[in-house]
Formats: sequence, structure tokens, C-alpha cells
Amino acid sequence: MNKSATQDKAILKTVKFEILRYNPAGKESPHLENYSVPITKGMTVLDGLTWIKEHLDSSLSWRSSCRMGICGSCGMFINGLPRLACNNQIVHLHSDRVVVKPLPNYDIIRDLVPDLESLFNKHRSVKPYLIRQDASEQDKPTGEFFQSEQELLNYIQFAYCIKCGLCMAACPTVATSEEYAGPQSLTAGWRYISDTRDEGASERQDVLYSSHGVYRCHFAGACSQVCPKGVDPALAIQMAKRDAFMKGFGFGKARKASSVMSPVQDWTPRGDIPNAPEKTAGNTGSKSEP
Amino acid sequence: MRESRLWFWHILSAVVILVLLGLHMGTMHLSELLHMIGIGSGDPVQSEQVFHRSQQAVYMIIYILLLGTGLFHGLYGLRSIFFELSLSRTLEKLIGGVLAVAGIALFVYGTYVAVLLFQTSGV
Repeated sequence: MNKSATQDKAILKTVKFEILRYNPAGKESPHLENYSVPITKGMTVLDGLTWIKEHLDSSLSWRSSCRMGICGSCGMFINGLPRLACNNQIVHLHSDRVVVKPLPNYDIIRDLVPDLESLFNKHRSVKPYLIRQDASEQDKPTGEFFQSEQELLNYIQFAYCIKCGLCMAACPTVATSEEYAGPQSLTAGWRYISDTRDEGASERQDVLYSSHGVYRCHFAGACSQVCPKGVDPALAIQMAKRDAFMKGFGFGKARKASSVMSPVQDWTPRGDIPNAPEKTAGNTGSKSEP
Repeated sequence: MRESRLWFWHILSAVVILVLLGLHMGTMHLSELLHMIGIGSGDPVQSEQVFHRSQQAVYMIIYILLLGTGLFHGLYGLRSIFFELSLSRTLEKLIGGVLAVAGIALFVYGTYVAVLLFQTSGV
């Protein structure tokens, strides 16, 4: 082991983890249990939990997968904020005490495992996929739908959502209203409405503009503050409100859905770029790979 | 969408209330300042001043407008609070109906009083 690696493994200090333990099937009510964890450089809260499970208490339960802030599985309430356990180093919490609880606004399955069923049900309700009037083009695509760079930029940040549910845990309206669609699903709905390839706005407005849709947002902005991917759900909700206002008063032009692009003719591939993978969207008649 | 329309009116009523409350604050609480620039005279809360204003058509319209916008804005806000309490759909509809009826009744009564004062020649 080289010197740098040895330094990385050096114990910096011991931190007290206070973890909420709860098994709905058991008799005990939710309670905090304490664990002392020696931390090393770069150690995340998820690493701390893994250390506890390996060395102190094998019954501790949580949900995690990728360990790199992509899958969105390890959302937890850490030192008073909803965060991804894998995305937060213990030293960056600037505390010798790490309090870990399951995400608020969800039922608890066990210990730190929230029941995300409500999140996914609400997500499904906004039909988070492209809806086209020309269904045949979706079933048997003949090409790609045209979209300019600016049109992509209009919604791309909302497409970064990983469905971790932190925004729903932070939202003060979700805390009191089970019916409220919530920042995640409203953002997902707006992401597709603002996509120029989509024609399904009318199918989503029953959810987005219902009495439990965008108008119940208080614009606290907590959702945007906690999002680990930099998505701004509060912005999406305000944009959805503005869109409804503009349409309601007849301002602005109705958007025409993007059409299928004509196949690019007479192109020559650059020599330093590897061949494209085999086509999945039918034969567009473009030049075959060399 | 019905909820969108209600929300638009909620926002528009807020703007109207801002203007009308500005007039109210100016008339009732900045009267001395207004006197200095030659607008109005006397104490605005004296009964003859109150009746004098009530007998002017422009004030009657302002009162009715403020009453309507204030009632709508306030009752829609109250409805929003109830809707965030995870109530059943039936109860939500009932609350919406009760608030709508209460709002209309209060508006009709307030309008009746404003029109009556406008038509009265004083006490």
C-alpha cells in the first residue's frame, strides 16, 4: 500500500451515529440507537452505515445500490435534511454527531427504508412518457423527432430527476396533504409538457391543474434546495402555472409538436469516431456504416 | 380547467386588493398628508365624513369591488388551507360549496348596505 492510500485509511475521528430504528411488525415504537463509528477520509454516511452493519449491528436496514448518487435509492433524513447517504461525506457534515432517520412524508417499511409507493403512484399519474397523436410513428418509428438545442435546454434539467424522493420528503405541503401531487410528479409532468416532441399536455392537465396540483405549491423552495441532481422542481411548478395562465388568457402561440426528421443524406462519417451501434428505430434509408 | 380559473382570479384579486387597500390607507391614515396637498378635509373617521364618502358613486363602486375581491381572495385562501388537510373528496366538495354560498351571501348583503348608504341622504 502506498503512502497516499495509507493516509486515506487513517482514522480521522470517531463520530456518534444516532439512527432511528423501527420495525412496524415488532412491538417497539420508533427510537434512536447510538453507534460509535471511526471515520476515514472520504467516508460517506452510507459507508458509515455499512461499517455499523458489518461491525456492530447486522439487523440495521436501509436501501442502497449504486453508491454514486445515480440510482436514488439511499435517500435518508441526515442531520435535519433529506439527502442521499452515498452523496454526503461525514466530514462535510461538520459534526461529531450524525442523526440518520428515514425520509419524512413516507411510511416506514423498516428502520431507514421508506415506502416509496406513493411517490411512484403520483409519478405514474402524470404519464411520464412521450405521448403522440401519431401513435403509429411511436409503434413503428421511421426516424427521429426533430428538436433544436434550445428546445432541449428548455426541459433537460427536469429530465435529470432520479426519483429519489428527497423533494417530496422536504415539501411542507406533502407533509400535510396526502393528495397533493408533489414536486416530483409535477416536475415530471412539466418535463414532458415542455418537450417539443410531446402532444400529451391535455392528458396531464387533470393532475397538474387539479385542486391538488400546482396551485397547492407554497413556493417554499425546499424541493429545489435538497435535490441531489440540481433539478429545480419549484421552477417547474411556477412554469406550469405560467403556462396555464398564458393559455387561459389566450396569450402566446400554441406549440406544434415536432415532426419526424428527414433522413440525413450524403454524410460522411469521421474516421476517428467509432461506428454507431445497430439501429433500433427502423430503416431510415440513411447511408450504411462503412 | 376550473382550478386554473379560480387561481387566476385569486392572483388578480390580490392585485386589485393592493390598489384598493392603497386607496383605503391613503384615505383613512394619510388624511393629514392629503390635506397638505389640498385633497379632502376633516377627520375621515367622523360619521358625516363616512356618510359623505358613502354617498359618492365612486366610493360605492370601490366598496363593492373591495368587498368582492377581498371575499373571493380570503375564501379561496381558506379553501386552499382546508384542501391541504387530507380531507375526503366529499368533505372537500362540501367545504367548497359552503364557502361559495357564504361568500355570495356576504357579498349580496355588503352590496345591499353599500347601495343603501349611497341612496341615503344622511342621518
